[in-house]
Amino acid sequence: MAWERKDLLGLEELSREEIELVLETAVPMKDIMQREIKKVPTLRGKTVVNFFFEPSTRTRTSFELAGKFMGADTSNISVSTSSVKKGESLLDTIRTVEVMGADVIVIRHGASGAPRFLAERLQASVINAGDGHHEHPTQGLLDLFTIKQKKGEVRGLKVAILGDIKHSRVARSNIWALTKMGAEVRVAGPPTLLPPEIEKMGVKAYYRVEEALEGADVINVLRIQRERQRQGMFSSVREYARFYGLDKKRLQLAAPDALVMHPGPMNRGVEITSEIADGLQSSINEQVTNGVAVRMAVLYLILGGGSHELAN
Amino acid sequence: MELVEKAQIMDEDDIRRVITRIAHEIIEKNGGAENLALVGIRRRGVPLAERISEKIFKMEGIRLPLGILDITLYRDDLTTLSHHPVVHKTEVLFSVTGKKLVLVDDVLFTGRTVRAAMDAIMDLGRPAAVQLAVLVDRGHRELPIRADYVGKNVPTSRREIITVQLQEEDGIDRVTIREFPS
Repeated sequence: MAWERKDLLGLEELSREEIELVLETAVPMKDIMQREIKKVPTLRGKTVVNFFFEPSTRTRTSFELAGKFMGADTSNISVSTSSVKKGESLLDTIRTVEVMGADVIVIRHGASGAPRFLAERLQASVINAGDGHHEHPTQGLLDLFTIKQKKGEVRGLKVAILGDIKHSRVARSNIWALTKMGAEVRVAGPPTLLPPEIEKMGVKAYYRVEEALEGADVINVLRIQRERQRQGMFSSVREYARFYGLDKKRLQLAAPDALVMHPGPMNRGVEITSEIADGLQSSINEQVTNGVAVRMAVLYLILGGGSHELAN
Repeated sequence: MELVEKAQIMDEDDIRRVITRIAHEIIEKNGGAENLALVGIRRRGVPLAERISEKIFKMEGIRLPLGILDITLYRDDLTTLSHHPVVHKTEVLFSVTGKKLVLVDDVLFTGRTVRAAMDAIMDLGRPAAVQLAVLVDRGHRELPIRADYVGKNVPTSRREIITVQLQEEDGIDRVTIREFPS
């Protein structure tokens, strides 16, 4: 199995084998993070530029550290300090960074398809760090990696994704990855945030979270954005917590050893209670650690990728 | 192009005797098994290190700590390869700091693998000493590196390839010289 892609734009286009290659590569990367010297010289001389047009601490820091642990130089540009504010076009801004010597451009953008637009026009590799409601491939990969490390095998697992399915790129990337790996995916949320077409992606949709939770092996709780309330998608935070939030009682519907996940940042007491977020079944912190390992693997593969056995 | 086998230079018995000798040499040179540890370089250095460890156990009654080193991330030719090689786990579960380490590999050639292995080791800690044991030394060094324990010196031309096959990986124990047909 060889990695042939210049870019990582989404999990929809990845084969099961490509996904597995990333996950396998992330295993030794995670070991590097546990060492006293968390750095290898592999990507020395390579430059990774993080371009974030939307706020992010977790993903941006994760990519930054992943690049540094692999020996690359990393640089961060946030939109508030960039020339975009002065009216420069997206392509011109990114191209400027490319001709300065960036080998990889990590981009988060509010418009679905922005990373692909750039990937088709740049020599540098582009990694999608979240585009609109479309995809967040490294989040999907790190969630899968976490599930695999905790559960061993993904095939046949019942995975419930709860919350704002409609606007969630995390949900979409997770669905693509999980269905390819043979998991049984269920999604649940308020009708206003659960488009019926979602079932075309090969998942089962429920308006009652209790039904989706029945016997679930993995529960992935999505962040509910407060602005959706202002848009009238749900009537109040308290009502959302009451009908859709993951609490102790609802968790009991799932398998006894069910894994609880959340991509962060969390609204404690809204989509998930603190008791569960900090509980024994929660892998929320582990997800963050795994995120760095998975991004190290992605950077390694994107900047070379594939398989060559060592000949003497 | 298919590689043509030119000669078999070691068989099962040769390999067994060489491992026995290297095990003795390691103990002799270090004045016992005290504070020693073995580290096999993936892939075929690993079964060789296991065999040396077994011999030392029979001789001295001591099980040496045994680690596995994957040097992929430390290779110096990554920028020249069109595809990065698959990375495997490094499993050195003991502290290397203060230990006398014996690196074990199948073939010593340019010395670049050993250079990478030394860098990988140094990132894990500060060993008291690093020694090198190889089954075959085929010459053509590109770096100032030599082995402390050599199974067999085999003069080769650059066009030749030394193939080490081991029971654990390949189902047979033997070393052959192969060559691309001219």
